[in-house]
Amino acid sequence: MALPKYTEPHYRIWHYFYLFVCTCVFFFLIAPLFVIFPLSFNAEEFLSFSDGMKRLDPDAFSLRWYKDMVYGTKNPWGLAAKNSFIIAIFATLGSVLLGTVAALGLSSRHMPYKGLIMATLISPMIVPLIISGVAIFFFMAKAGLAATHTGIVLAHIILGTPFVVITVTATLSGFDHSVTRAASSLGSDPVNTFMKITLPLILPGVISGGLFAFVTSFDEVVVVLFLAGLENTTIPIQMWTGLREQLSPTILAVATCLIILSTLILVTAELLRRRSERLRGINR
Amino acid sequence: MSSQTQKILTTDGTPLEVSLKKAERKNKIKAFLLVAPLLFFLLITYIFPIGDMLLRSVDDKMVTEMLPKTFKSMEKWDGKELPPEEVFESFYLDFSKLVDEKREGKLSTQLNYTKNGFKSIIKKLRRKSKNFEEGNYKDQIMAVHKRWADVEYWKAIKRRAPPITYQKYLKGIDMYQNESGNIVSVSEDRRIHRILWLRTLEVAFFVTLLCFLMAYPIAHLLATLPMKYSNLLMICVLLPFWTSLLVRTASWMILLQQQGIVNDFFVFTGLVADDARPEMMYNKTGTYVAMTQILLPFMVLPLYSVMKTISPSLMRAGKSLGGTPFIAFWKIYFPLTIPGIGAGCLLVFILAIGYYITPALVGGASGTLISNQIAFHMKSTLDWSFASAMGLMLLTGVLAIYWVYNKLVGIDNIKLG
Repeated sequence: MALPKYTEPHYRIWHYFYLFVCTCVFFFLIAPLFVIFPLSFNAEEFLSFSDGMKRLDPDAFSLRWYKDMVYGTKNPWGLAAKNSFIIAIFATLGSVLLGTVAALGLSSRHMPYKGLIMATLISPMIVPLIISGVAIFFFMAKAGLAATHTGIVLAHIILGTPFVVITVTATLSGFDHSVTRAASSLGSDPVNTFMKITLPLILPGVISGGLFAFVTSFDEVVVVLFLAGLENTTIPIQMWTGLREQLSPTILAVATCLIILSTLILVTAELLRRRSERLRGINR
Repeated sequence: MSSQTQKILTTDGTPLEVSLKKAERKNKIKAFLLVAPLLFFLLITYIFPIGDMLLRSVDDKMVTEMLPKTFKSMEKWDGKELPPEEVFESFYLDFSKLVDEKREGKLSTQLNYTKNGFKSIIKKLRRKSKNFEEGNYKDQIMAVHKRWADVEYWKAIKRRAPPITYQKYLKGIDMYQNESGNIVSVSEDRRIHRILWLRTLEVAFFVTLLCFLMAYPIAHLLATLPMKYSNLLMICVLLPFWTSLLVRTASWMILLQQQGIVNDFFVFTGLVADDARPEMMYNKTGTYVAMTQILLPFMVLPLYSVMKTISPSLMRAGKSLGGTPFIAFWKIYFPLTIPGIGAGCLLVFILAIGYYITPALVGGASGTLISNQIAFHMKSTLDWSFASAMGLMLLTGVLAIYWVYNKLVGIDNIKLG
C-alpha cells in the first residue's frame, strides 16, 4: 500500500488517517478475544488483572480454573461437553446428508419451482432465531421430544441444513455434468457415479457446509434454551447460566478452550476454501 | 402439407414429442425426489409449527368452550341493557358445571384479562351459588354482588364469545378493545411494548450503521492489499466470526465492567476520575458495543467479496481522466460496492432485530429488545399465545424487509463469504 512519490500532502494525511482507522477497527474486532487468555490463568478469583499479573509475577498465574473445569466438585462441564459433542456430531451428519441430497436435486435444471423450494429450504437461516426457537419448541412439545437429545438434534438439523444447501449448491454451480454422463455411458449406476465421481469433486463444499452446521449446533443457545432439560445441558447453556449468575474464571477457562477449537475450525475451513477455489480454477 | 401430419417416431414407434415429455417428467420427478426428504422434514418440523404459532396467537377457544350455553343465549341479546333471564340461567348452568369440574378459577383468570374485577365476584358467586334456588336466576345472581348487576361486566363476557381473537396483537402494540368495542391505547405509563419495538428498531439501525462505517474501510483495505498481508488480516475478521457468541459476549462483560480494562484505561488516561467510573454494561451502551463487534464480520465479508471483484484500473482510469481521488471514489468505486453494502446491511439488520443472547447478558433493563420479551413470555409467564403473536409480528417485519430488499437489490447477491 505504498503511496506514489508524487502524492499531494493532504492525500498523504488522509491515507495515514485511513490506515489508522483500519488499525483501530481490527483492534476492536480481535482484541476482546485476547483478554480472555491471560485472565483464565489468573490465580485469584477476580476477573481483572491483579497487580501480580501486571508485574508478570509467575505466582500470580495458575492453572486452578482449568483444574476446576475438569475436576470441579459440581462440574457441569463434563456432561455439557459430552452432550454438546454428541448433539453437534449427529446434527452435522443429519444436516450434511439431507442438505447434500437436496442440493443435488436443486442443482438439476429439471427442478420445478426452484425459487420457492430454495426459499423454503434456507428459511431457517433467515428467520430470526427467537422465532425459530418458539416454532420448533411447539413442534417438539407436541411430538413429545422436548428435553430429549433427539429433539435438540432435530432442531439443530433444521438450523444447520441451510448452510449445507448453500455451500453445496455453490460448489455444484461450477460442476461439469458431462463427467457424470460419461460415467453413466460407461455403465456405472447412479449411486456408484455419485460415490466415485460427484462426491469427491464436491467434497470441499460438503465439508465446509458441514463445518458451518457443526459450529451452528455447537454454538446454538436460543433454541436449546427452550428445549433442554437438566439432562441435555450443553456448553453454551452452561456458559449462559454462568454468565447470568456470576462470571467466574472457570468460564474463561472454558472460553479459552472454545477459542482454540474455533481457531482449528477456522484453519480447516480456510484450507478447504482455498482447495476448492484451486479446483474450480479461480486463481488470484 | 404432409410433413405436419407425419410425426417423427422413435425406434419403438412412439412419437418423439411424447417420449421427450416422458423423459422430461421422469427427470423432474427424480430431481424432486432428491429434494423431497429435506423439504418434507422442514415442512413438518418448521414451516407448519410457524403456522401453528399463528393459530395459537389468535386462539381464544378456552372461554368459548367454558360457557357454551351462555354464549348461545347471548346471541339474541342486543347488549344495551342487562341480559334477559334466559342468559342468566344458562350462565348459571355453565358455571355450576365449571365448579363441579373445579375449572372456575381458569374462567376468572381469563375474564379478568378482559375486565378487571371478575376475580372477586366469581369467587363470591361460587360460594353463594351452592344455595341457589331453582328459577329466577337473574335476581339471585345480581344479589351476589353489585357488579353482577352492572351491564358492563356482561358486555365483557360477551366480548369473549368468538373463538378467535386479535387481542394479543393489540396487546403487542399496547392497545386494547375497551368496553364500547373501540380500540384504544393503554395508559401512558404502561406502554412497554411500543418502547421495546422502537428500541429494537433503533438498536438494529444504529448497529447496522456502526457496522457499515467500520466495515467499509477494512473491507477496502483487505480487498486492495497484496494477498499475503490480506490473508493475515482476514484472520482478524474470521476468528471472531467462528468463535462462540457466548465467548465474545463474556469477553465484553470482562472489558466493560466497572473495574474492567476499558474503565481502567479511561482512569489511566485521566478521562474519568477513579471514583466516577461510568457504568458501561447493563445498559444500552453495552448492547451497542457488544452487538457491533459481534455482527461486524457479517458486514465485512459481503463487502469484501464485492470489492474483490472491482478492478483497480477503474479507479486509475477515473483519476487519469482528471478526477480527484475523492471524486473517483465517489463516482466509480462507491456505486460498484452497493450490492455488497445492501447484502451486509440486510444481514446485520435482520440479525440485530432478532438478537437475544447478547442484550439479555449485557443489556440490563434498558438494553433489552423485543426478542427478550418474547423469551420472557415463553419461559416465565407461559403466555405462549402472546409470545407467538409478537414473534409473528417480528417475522412479518423481517419478511417485509426481505421483500423491499429483493425489489431494490435482488436477493441473489447474498454470499456467505
